Amino acid sequence: MTATCLHCGAAIREPVTRTLEIAGGRRPLCSAACEAVATRIRDDGLTDFYRFRTAAAAPATGSSGTARWAAYDREQLQREFVTSLPDGTREADLLVQGVRCAACSWLIERAMGPVAGVREIAVDPLTTRMRLRFDPRVTRLGELLARIAALGYEPLAGTVEAGDRAGLAERRAGLRRLIIAGLGMSEVMTYATAMYAGALQDMSAEIREFLRLVSMLVATPVVFYSGVPFFAGAWRGMRGGRPGMDLPVSLAIAAAYAASVWHTFQGSGEVYFDSAVMFVFFLSCARFLEMSGRHRALGLSGALARHLPRVATRLGTAGPELLGVTELEPGDRVLVAPGQTVPVDGHLDNTTARFDESLLTGESRPVHKRAGDAVIAGSINLLEAATVRVERVGAGTVLAQIGRLVTTARAGRPRLVEVTDRVATWFITGVLLLAALVGAAWWLYEPERAFEVVLAVLVVTCPCALALATPAAFTVGMSALARRGVLLRRAGALESLSRATDLVFDKTGTLTEHTAGITHVEPLGGGEAAALLALAAALESRSEHPLARAFPPAAAALAVSDVVAVPGSGIEGCVAGRRLRLGTRAFAGALATAPEQAALADSAGGQSVWLGDATGLLARFDIAEQVRPGTAAALAALRGAGLRLAIASGDQPGPVGAVADTLGVTTWHAALQPAAKLDLVRTMQRDGRIVGMVGDGINDSPVLAGADVAIAVGSGASLAHHAADCLLLGAGLEMLPPAVRHARRTMHIVRQNLWWAVAYNVVAVPLAATGMLAPWVAALGMSASSLLVTFNALRLGRLAPAAATASTPAAQPVGAALP
Amino acid sequence: MSIIFVLIPLGLGLLGAAVLAFFWAVRSGQFDDLETPAWRVLLDDDSRPPPGGDDPPPD
Repeated sequence: MTATCLHCGAAIREPVTRTLEIAGGRRPLCSAACEAVATRIRDDGLTDFYRFRTAAAAPATGSSGTARWAAYDREQLQREFVTSLPDGTREADLLVQGVRCAACSWLIERAMGPVAGVREIAVDPLTTRMRLRFDPRVTRLGELLARIAALGYEPLAGTVEAGDRAGLAERRAGLRRLIIAGLGMSEVMTYATAMYAGALQDMSAEIREFLRLVSMLVATPVVFYSGVPFFAGAWRGMRGGRPGMDLPVSLAIAAAYAASVWHTFQGSGEVYFDSAVMFVFFLSCARFLEMSGRHRALGLSGALARHLPRVATRLGTAGPELLGVTELEPGDRVLVAPGQTVPVDGHLDNTTARFDESLLTGESRPVHKRAGDAVIAGSINLLEAATVRVERVGAGTVLAQIGRLVTTARAGRPRLVEVTDRVATWFITGVLLLAALVGAAWWLYEPERAFEVVLAVLVVTCPCALALATPAAFTVGMSALARRGVLLRRAGALESLSRATDLVFDKTGTLTEHTAGITHVEPLGGGEAAALLALAAALESRSEHPLARAFPPAAAALAVSDVVAVPGSGIEGCVAGRRLRLGTRAFAGALATAPEQAALADSAGGQSVWLGDATGLLARFDIAEQVRPGTAAALAALRGAGLRLAIASGDQPGPVGAVADTLGVTTWHAALQPAAKLDLVRTMQRDGRIVGMVGDGINDSPVLAGADVAIAVGSGASLAHHAADCLLLGAGLEMLPPAVRHARRTMHIVRQNLWWAVAYNVVAVPLAATGMLAPWVAALGMSASSLLVTFNALRLGRLAPAAATASTPAAQPVGAALP
Repeated sequence: MSIIFVLIPLGLGLLGAAVLAFFWAVRSGQFDDLETPAWRVLLDDDSRPPPGGDDPPPD
């Protein structure tokens, strides 16, 4: 069994050299940095962190040097995220990288709480936001941040967007309205019960008048404070010529309230304060739920760019200097220490490095980069210090662009929402007309009940599935997908994706990797395959040839010298003192003085590279396209979901057929020009199929544009330029089947809600119109219907368990070993 | 029954107090994060940091 690190959960290769005595047992650790962090956590008496966390911590990086954090003491930098409070303290608003569950926020709050100068600290595990109020006369911000870094977290001066503040204000206002309505309702209902009972038991007129007066007193703030959003919405709708659901709601509330006030002062007739107040309360509940779902969705997947750090280390002529990111110019060189987030888009300057691009792609596997490769802001440098040449800063970065894409897609309205909106307008006009007709009929038949019946009709009709639940379902559904690394560029894509019957795949870059891989090593001279591969890899590490990328990274132990590349033939050089040739068969064999060996042919499918030395040919490496990992399983799942699959490729029939065979796809077309691919899609569409095109988006934009729903697979920098409706941010197709399932589920729930709304109204409206429903029963029925459809729509926010763990490391069994 | 002329205004006074208390709680951010407090109750907070725990970490 391999040991796992107590702190970060990484596998440790035996033997374990670092351990820590904690909670009565010795636990292994992977690095000095993790050891320092775990020791500090133990010595602070916070061992509980390891017991209760639900996700392993981020690996410690040892970046707790106080010098690095001293930059945060500079006034001009603090101006961006620190506010001075009247009592002389200051409040910093920061994002903490590495916070993965509630235990993390507990750890930071407990460890920082007792520190001198810290007045208040709160970490929200959901948004990873930290509010830190401190006394600048006692301590410095840089010192506090260094302490947080010592716990293994990375505080970032995030930009608190105006949207966040507005969201918080909206939530607080909603809560206040809700509580006023709730408390008011409980009071008014009490008085109403007393009055109903009193009507049967001869309540004195004096007390009845008093109760009515008190009811009015309590109902007034409910209607005029909690009810404001409805009146405002109704007014907006009327001015825009599109009466929404707010109009009948407002009419009902206003009419019930006005009539009750009139009757209270008259001292005769019925009062409906209870109905009006109950109506406001339940509708506020539904609104609040819908708002919470929306905020949660936005907070989790939107506003990506605020995760970027605000300071960077520039390598100037006078050595490294810390400064704000906004002061950087394209062409500057920026030093990114291990564990830090890359603050800018640019190119890797002078080293190879590994980056975690999970913020963009949802995939936490490290990405290996070489000098000159594009590096994206928001990725985390994992191992060694890297230098990045700045290309784009701030709003120009890919991360910011993707953030904007998400926002634009959200602002767009899917066709279905457009339709339901139009239907809702007609529906509401119909309801108003119906109420007027019913009122007129009752006026002739039984004038004293006319008002009550009109009120019941206005209250009972529920267009909420049209006006509230459908948009909510789309917002929540899109955000749930975004969290899985599936971005929708237009809101309608969710609908088309759910209706797709056929998926056509491009081959290169979609089903297979862009670069080839070694499929087979054939030792010829009796050597061991792994050793021969290492020799070849060492030689190829000096080559710029595209095929060189097929070889694994070279081991450092093998010394390589005297490398000469012979274009069209191969490469020759000394590896560990041995002269080797790697390339075509003739070239590699020509180094030998011995006679030509038995006839050997290149492998049937792809290409072969040969390795030879002075004794003759040593090995043959077969190089072929590699099917991306997880592709076969994804395609099988898609077939299981009832989709017809096909491959359309510009490549030759040989390789295309091989890939199709491997993946079990029976329909494939090879050697297609982009125009021919488009024809293929058009033909399928003429047969009534709804076609989704999956490509890498680089050379197949015409087909993507012609398909009903265009899905682009890709990673990193090229993503923002695609013309697709739907972007899979991860490197492979793994997320496509869940995306299709989720799209179908969203549409299913939308349809459910619409059917419910129709059924409910068909039953309730005639009952109300015939005078069989009291206004308060109508209010209850309509509110229950609203809550039902809203809850149903919010169900979409929950992820299937498999997907929830895909992007975050699973909980480590560390806690189980602690007592 | 005339006691309700006293009791109901009294109840309204309490209602007003409850509303004020709630408004204060909303303004001071008590409802902004409803997730962490649910966890906090599971975690021991008896153990105080040992003396000297306030020293800056060795770098």
